[in-house]
Amino acid sequence: MGTAMVDKSTPQLDELYKEIILEHYRHPCGREPLERVDLEADGMNPLCGDEVKLGLQVKNNVIEKVHLEGHGCSISTASGSILADILKGKTLEEAKKYLTYVKETMHNKPHSIDVEEGDLEVLEGVKKFPVRIKCALLPWTTLEEAMAGHKHVEIS
Amino acid sequence: MFDVKKIRKDFKILNREVWDDKPLVYLDNAATTQKPNCVIDSIVNYYENYNANIHRGVHKLAEEATVAYENVREKVSRFINASDEDAVIFTRNATESMNLLAFCLGESLKEGDEVIISEMEHHANIIPWYLLRDRKKITVKFVPVTEKYELDYEALEKLITNKTKIVSITQKSNVLGTVNDIKKISKLAKLVDAIVIVDAAQSVPHMKVDFSNLGADFIVFSSHKMCGPTGVGVLVGKKELFEKMPPYMGGGEMIRKVTFEDFTCNDVPWKFEAGTPNIADVIAFGVAIDYLEKIGIEDIYEYEKELTLYALEKMKKFEFLKIYNPLLCHSRLDRESIKPLVLDSHPQSQLRTSFHGNDIGGSGLITFSNPVVHPHDIATIVDQYGVAIRAGHHCAQPLMKKLGVSSTCRASFYFYNTKEEIDIFINVLKKALEYFEIGACKNLKQVSGKG
Repeated sequence: MGTAMVDKSTPQLDELYKEIILEHYRHPCGREPLERVDLEADGMNPLCGDEVKLGLQVKNNVIEKVHLEGHGCSISTASGSILADILKGKTLEEAKKYLTYVKETMHNKPHSIDVEEGDLEVLEGVKKFPVRIKCALLPWTTLEEAMAGHKHVEIS
Repeated sequence: MFDVKKIRKDFKILNREVWDDKPLVYLDNAATTQKPNCVIDSIVNYYENYNANIHRGVHKLAEEATVAYENVREKVSRFINASDEDAVIFTRNATESMNLLAFCLGESLKEGDEVIISEMEHHANIIPWYLLRDRKKITVKFVPVTEKYELDYEALEKLITNKTKIVSITQKSNVLGTVNDIKKISKLAKLVDAIVIVDAAQSVPHMKVDFSNLGADFIVFSSHKMCGPTGVGVLVGKKELFEKMPPYMGGGEMIRKVTFEDFTCNDVPWKFEAGTPNIADVIAFGVAIDYLEKIGIEDIYEYEKELTLYALEKMKKFEFLKIYNPLLCHSRLDRESIKPLVLDSHPQSQLRTSFHGNDIGGSGLITFSNPVVHPHDIATIVDQYGVAIRAGHHCAQPLMKKLGVSSTCRASFYFYNTKEEIDIFINVLKKALEYFEIGACKNLKQVSGKG
């Protein structure tokens, strides 16, 4: 006991809070307002009360811009930031592929499709923290609802 | 003599390590407490030696099980000083006890009647009344919480009118730790003959509760928050009122006579215990009560207060840590000078333990937040060092809204925690905050003009 234990390393932590995650958390993408909101949805994580609002600006089936607002933990904020960054300029069909890919990653299922991962790769570390998987999924399930034209989603 | 080292030997789980090699520092006792070995042994003993359904069988095992089960009513009654005019009913949890009351008492309410609860209630003391509201078109009103994290008794006085039929208030907030003056509340409620319900889920485990002296009609609490097993809730109240209430659930045990046409109810308390109850766990709950009595609830209270003050003294030195506890309150002047979101350390704040001579509570749990680091991130990081705290809305979303946050962290203590554990908690909390916030908080500080 005592303070000595505090200095022991925790490899798991570094795996969860990879530098890229912290970077997205500190400077999240997708915070600028949209000129036009074409699709939007509110998401809520009933576990912690976190809320997120996601809006899409879509033209000719292409996502021109993603907007996110709300407060969340580092994981959900970073996940949302990566979402906004990656989906900009992608078609709605491609966005659906990414959604499937992220869900498969989080639920530890083999990938049925291939996407260019980019920063998404860092979300892998979240899997070791089952209680935090919902945090990572929140922006993505909200995206799913926005694309389905639903207004409100609670992940359960 | 309170010997925490000796006490810790009664809890096998306190020896375990988490994440390979970190000793467990369990500070989530407001969610559920650990169980002493004697409680666990009691469950095994029941199933190994006298498992039988109660009340019905005439054989030896049934008799032993029935006696053991029924004896726990007396233990509960003695523990909270209920009287002979009160009945003890076992449910699944405090939530079920509250739902039972809202449903059964609610049957006699009419459109326009009012139920008063407070802004510091757990969802278990909000939702049952919302359900009743939707069913009976009654109104649910909230007593506000003041800036000192106390109930606004003046507002309560104004809220209580002839329309008030039920006043249901927590004795100790699961977020703030505030202890409410139930006696005072009862007195006000009784001016209009309203029924008074006490949510004692957080009080009975941690302080002496003298039910006969509260002036209340019903009290609800839970076994698992006081060293007992999960799956056992308690509902104690006036027999006379229970007799007038319709039954909650129908089935075996709650009836006296059933015909092809109708049924008559069993006596109280069995009228409210339909079906085979949680026999093993009720008996083990009785063992938990014995155990707490042996340690002494007054000593438990004093020791927890000592731990809480010890932790608060350290936590108030943290920059940007907002602490929601009546023991640590800014004076009005301090508060006005604080800009929104930018919360300072608490150098001028004095710890106060009483207010107008009354115990204000705040003991046993400390809820806190940081404007930059999310509670989930704090909880995940301290967990990595073996420290279990709670992060979230603590089933009190309206109160979170009032506090201006969506979630907070909560460290909650029990009598088996030690000052050494609090030192570990404080150290890893520091580490967790540093992990994220260094740059961000400095920016905030500059914005507020305080740095």
